[in-house]
Amino acid sequence: MSDSQALIAELVNANEVVLFMKGTPLFPQCGFSSRAITILERLGANFETVDVLQDPEIRQGIKEYSDWPTVPQLYVKGEFVGGSDIMMEMFESGELQQLLGADSGLPA
Amino acid sequence: MGMPAAEIEAMILAAFPDAAVEIRDLAGDGDHYAARVVSSAFAGLSRVRQHQAVYAALKGKMGTDLHALQLETAVPSGDHE
Repeated sequence: MSDSQALIAELVNANEVVLFMKGTPLFPQCGFSSRAITILERLGANFETVDVLQDPEIRQGIKEYSDWPTVPQLYVKGEFVGGSDIMMEMFESGELQQLLGADSGLPA
Repeated sequence: MGMPAAEIEAMILAAFPDAAVEIRDLAGDGDHYAARVVSSAFAGLSRVRQHQAVYAALKGKMGTDLHALQLETAVPSGDHE
C-alpha cells in the first residue's frame, strides 16, 4: 500500500462520517461538493471533510482507493457510500438518514 | 476538454447493449452532462456497483475528458427483484 493509500485508509477509519471534497464546507469549489455538503448539513450530521485540492496525492489516491473516478466521495463507518448523485438518491429515499443513524435525529 | 453526448451514449451502449440511455447537456458546454441509464445488467448490483459499471464503460474518460456526469442508473421496471 502506498503512503497516500495508507493515509486515506487512516482518514476513512478514524472518522465515522467523512467527505472527501473540493474546497471546504464554507467554500466548496465545485457544485457537486456543494451539493454533498448541503445534504449532510440538512441531515444535521456530524462529519469531517478532507479538501482534496490541498493534496495532489490524496486527490489522485482517493480515486484509486474506492475505484471511483470523481470527488466528492462519502464514507460512513469506513465504508464507501457514493458520490453526490448517490447521496441525493439516498437522501430522497430516507436511506441516508438511516445510515447516519441516531445522531441525525432531526426531522428530514 | 469535454466530449460530445453522442460519444458518451455510444460508449455506454457498447458496454450495455440493452440500455436505454438519456443524456442531457446541463450547461451547453459539452462538459457537464446528466445521464440516465436503464439496463437489466444492473439487476442485483448496489448503486455504487451500477455507477462503477458505467464509469468502466467510459474507460477512464470520467474525471479526465469528462468533468461532470450526473448519473442515475436503474433496472427496467418490471425487472426488479
